[in-house]
Amino acid sequence: MRTIFYIMQKEFIQVFRNRMMLPIIFLMPLMQLLILSYAVTFEIKNIRLHITDNDNSVASRALLEHFRSSEFYHIFGESADASFGMEQLKKGDIHQQLVILPGFEKQIVTGSTAGVQVITDAINGSAAALMNAYTLSVIESYNREVLSRSPGPPPKQVQVSRRYWFNPALDYKTYMIPGILVLLVTLIGMFLAGMNVVREKEIGTIEQINVTPIRKVQFIAGKLLPFWIIALAELAFGLALAVLLFNIPIVGNIFLIFLVASVYLVVVMGLGLFISTITNTQQQSMFLSWFFLVIFILMSGLFTPVESMPRWALQLNTINPIAYFIRIMRMIMLKGSGFQDIVQPLIYLSVYGITMLSLAVWRYRKTS
Amino acid sequence: MPDVSITGEGVGKSYGTTTALKGLDFSVNKGEIFGFIGPDGAGKTTLFRILTTLLLPGSGKVSVEGYDVVKDYRILRRILGYMPGKFSLYHDLSVEENLRFFAGIFGVDVHENYHLVKDIYSQIEPFAKRRAGKLSGGMKQKLALSCALIHKPVVLVLDEPTTGVDAVSRREFWEMLLRLKSGGITIVVSTPYMDEAMRCDRVALMQQGSIMTTGTPQEIIAAFPRKIYRIKGSGILDILRLTRNMKYIRSAELFGDAVHISTENTDQAPTAGEISQYLSAQGLSGHTIKEVVAGIEDCFIDRMKQQPDKHE
Repeated sequence: MRTIFYIMQKEFIQVFRNRMMLPIIFLMPLMQLLILSYAVTFEIKNIRLHITDNDNSVASRALLEHFRSSEFYHIFGESADASFGMEQLKKGDIHQQLVILPGFEKQIVTGSTAGVQVITDAINGSAAALMNAYTLSVIESYNREVLSRSPGPPPKQVQVSRRYWFNPALDYKTYMIPGILVLLVTLIGMFLAGMNVVREKEIGTIEQINVTPIRKVQFIAGKLLPFWIIALAELAFGLALAVLLFNIPIVGNIFLIFLVASVYLVVVMGLGLFISTITNTQQQSMFLSWFFLVIFILMSGLFTPVESMPRWALQLNTINPIAYFIRIMRMIMLKGSGFQDIVQPLIYLSVYGITMLSLAVWRYRKTS
Repeated sequence: MPDVSITGEGVGKSYGTTTALKGLDFSVNKGEIFGFIGPDGAGKTTLFRILTTLLLPGSGKVSVEGYDVVKDYRILRRILGYMPGKFSLYHDLSVEENLRFFAGIFGVDVHENYHLVKDIYSQIEPFAKRRAGKLSGGMKQKLALSCALIHKPVVLVLDEPTTGVDAVSRREFWEMLLRLKSGGITIVVSTPYMDEAMRCDRVALMQQGSIMTTGTPQEIIAAFPRKIYRIKGSGILDILRLTRNMKYIRSAELFGDAVHISTENTDQAPTAGEISQYLSAQGLSGHTIKEVVAGIEDCFIDRMKQQPDKHE
């Protein structure tokens, strides 16, 4: 026990003596939360639109008025010639072109179908889909207006009323921030802890440690505990920022979050440590850690819904610790899930953690 | 027969196709300073890593204080002190933090064991708060030695402790070792410096993974079978060239500003006078020639030259 204490003490001295470390530990959560929740957003504002109104009627102007008054659109150009808008699209000046064909009003009045053409720059596929959806919904709302003003009995139609449960305003930040906090904890667990052991290898200090009677388990425990504590403190700091600065609700029990985090940390630290036992330099270790990290993040459901992934990807995700933790975090923070709701993934994470850690202890050799 | 501390029987180790150690036999007595002398690549570090349980021997057996390095590594790690060739303390910890840390993981109290390292540590104590990485080479070495001694090891293993250290610190270091030895500790040291061999009680001359000879430095020198002459004078390169062409001359080497030649071990070997005459006859006059006592370096070079035929 005392041996572990001596190693922990040494690690803490080294971490806090490193000039870069403290600013990183406190600035990192702040920057990540700020950047990812304000700058990186799925909402698209300022869609640059080119309008070609070849009908020039009361009806067509009424439709365009919807676009003009929307905060999402910026009317970049107007012309009578659609090819002019195409030119701008090719140059990348505009995102979308809206063409109202001649006879638009006449078709509406006579009750036949009126045509509108929407051309979207799809260089960025997901942005194009979003812009398209916005534009269609603007046109749809105009459609309803036309229908309500038409004489005769209102046509029968299905009225859809939507409510977004757990995130009523469909606020982007509310569901991103739990995920960002997960990344934060992951970075500290996987990188700081893992890199630390490989650094001792690189400098050669591990040689001096290996000739001492210290047990492998003691050494690894002494190495991991300090970073486990730092990561949990970091999570507390990040959660405080989320609540105070971003007004993110924490519906569930905050202690449950820490319980899951402490188990989750064992998994990522075990993984980081395992990587550091099979590599010899920080460079190799960094490279390998990033490889796993990027895959895990992309598949975690932070940016894209896990449910829409193909079957093999879903199966691969059973070994993705980040996916588990993000799901649990969102469940607790947004939905208020209790212990019994998350007990199954929690058990899974525990088994995963013990496996990784045992693997790391087994692979770490004091004698070569 | 003195008590034996370390024995090695047929110790071998290969890395892939390279053979680092070719079946060494040696024994180190308790309380002596035993030196493994040899150039870089002779296998000293590999041998020391086996002694200190860091590396498994490929073949053969090594026991330290009666404990097997493979089976009893746990006990051995308590009684061994090891100072690797590369400075491997924590650069970002201070002098005293390093000492306290190593005392801590050995489970000993710094104050209780302070007397063990007092002699050495007191010299760097004024810099106790300084980071280890900022110490000079000599001070780093003293700190490393203190850290290797704080748990009262029975055997101290030092891998090239004086490489990269200035001459004054080297001499100081050997004085420290002699004092430690008087305390009864067994010291195994490796060095590429021949002059340091003379400081050891016994040495093993190593070359390409084999031990060429073992004994006290005096024994090794006494066993040198030939005469050595030291020739000084102008036209030193001509002297070198001419003497190399003489019969019964085993070797002629430059030693600083002189030529050392060793003669073959036969009655026909030329004497100092004959060599001098020969040189004068070749038009090289004004040189001095005298017989010198062989140094350990002469012995080493001599043995090194024998080595290849011994193996073939």
